[in-house]
Amino acid sequence: MKIRFTLNGRNTSVSTAPDRRVLDLLREEFKLTGTKEGCGSGECGVCTILVDGENRLSCLMLAGQLAGKTITTIEGLADGETLHPLQEAFVGCGAVQCGFCTPGMILAASALLQGKPDPTREEIREGLSGNLCRCTGYQKIVDAVESAAKAMNHPDHSPEVAAIRHKGHLR
Amino acid sequence: MKKVLLPRSLIELWSCLEEEPEAPVFAGGTDLLVRLRHDQSVVPALIGLERVAELQEVREEGDCLWIGAATTHSRLLNDPRIGGMLPVLKKALETLGSPPIRNMGTVGGNICTASPAGDTLPPLTVLDAEVELSSAKTGRVMPLRTFIVGPGKTRLEKGEILTAVRVKKPIAYDFQYFEKIGQRKALACAVASLAALIRTSPAGVIEAVRLAWGSVGPTVVTAPKVEALLVGERFSPALLEKAAVLARQAVSPIDDLRATADYRREVSGRLLLRLGSYHSCEARGSKQGGQGIFRCLLHRPVSQSP
Repeated sequence: MKIRFTLNGRNTSVSTAPDRRVLDLLREEFKLTGTKEGCGSGECGVCTILVDGENRLSCLMLAGQLAGKTITTIEGLADGETLHPLQEAFVGCGAVQCGFCTPGMILAASALLQGKPDPTREEIREGLSGNLCRCTGYQKIVDAVESAAKAMNHPDHSPEVAAIRHKGHLR
Repeated sequence: MKKVLLPRSLIELWSCLEEEPEAPVFAGGTDLLVRLRHDQSVVPALIGLERVAELQEVREEGDCLWIGAATTHSRLLNDPRIGGMLPVLKKALETLGSPPIRNMGTVGGNICTASPAGDTLPPLTVLDAEVELSSAKTGRVMPLRTFIVGPGKTRLEKGEILTAVRVKKPIAYDFQYFEKIGQRKALACAVASLAALIRTSPAGVIEAVRLAWGSVGPTVVTAPKVEALLVGERFSPALLEKAAVLARQAVSPIDDLRATADYRREVSGRLLLRLGSYHSCEARGSKQGGQGIFRCLLHRPVSQSP
């Protein structure tokens, strides 16, 4: 079955079984391996993608459901070589340890900031409550989202992002 | 390979069901797709309701709110009418799953899955919700209480789907309460939950009360004896202690991997006692009689930290 949808900004058409999990399609067909598989049953959030801007779980979606939708994976968040402010903030705040949960965390955070550009820490925790991290204890992840929100609201005043720019970690 | 049919209207849906009568129907997929993964039985096709426009709206019909069955939990949470008229349902939705689960899962799915721990079921029960069932040929309406007959079992017949849930705007109740006990704050299946609607007189006498517990019986548990005990009385610790004893007799919990039956029984009573602490919160805080507890409950932080 031919399925047409928009993937990371590009019109895409793929022939695949309609009951194939979106997670498998993205990883195997498109080699977009930033989308991970953890529990496979909707409890860990590492397979998070954005569907028409909303964070959803690609392990619980079938390829047929993609038809006509706009999909963003972690690979589609940066603007060319320029990282998204959330990606910069995760690097700057040390919010990444093993990295397995990071794509899902960042996509969930971007969906959160879309609806709530200036969330409280509690709202950040709630927004990320469908994403498990077993390394960081979440503090630095919350810090990163807070800092990214600041950077996105006031692009010139984010100390964390300025600091890593200064150190040359980011172009 | 299974077909995945995504009809865009009820008319298309009926022809899909005619073409594939054995196909399971799903909305968000958060229950069915997990189940199918572990279930080896072969289904010829799946029918998804996510694009059936008629099933995804909330509208006011006289003194009722009509909620399309395939409306996602997130959409309900963002609908000011739900928060404004049915805060007991809103509070339950806030504790359901996680943000992505709420972006996918639907109220109709939560009802048809008929889990004893379904988070929308206790609030919908105290609200006397009715379910609207339709097939290609007929339609019928029945109380939610009668629709769910056991864990995972409903009166849905072959070729029939749940199209909507209808709820009266509960103007007769000034307090709405929901609390869920789980092992974590998010992504937690309820160990026990309680939904309550209460009306008190200006003098503080309980005039009407509706209570429903989740996760402590094969379906939602109601306790007319507890309600009868409370009506005509004023909130006091002694009254609630008595009510809690009756509540513990009314529930029929089981042991499972999340909690023991004894613990669930204890917590079922304890949730009622907490109702009293919210009430005293009202007594301290408000000049507007009943509004205080309401405000307290709505302002209680719903922490969902990971």
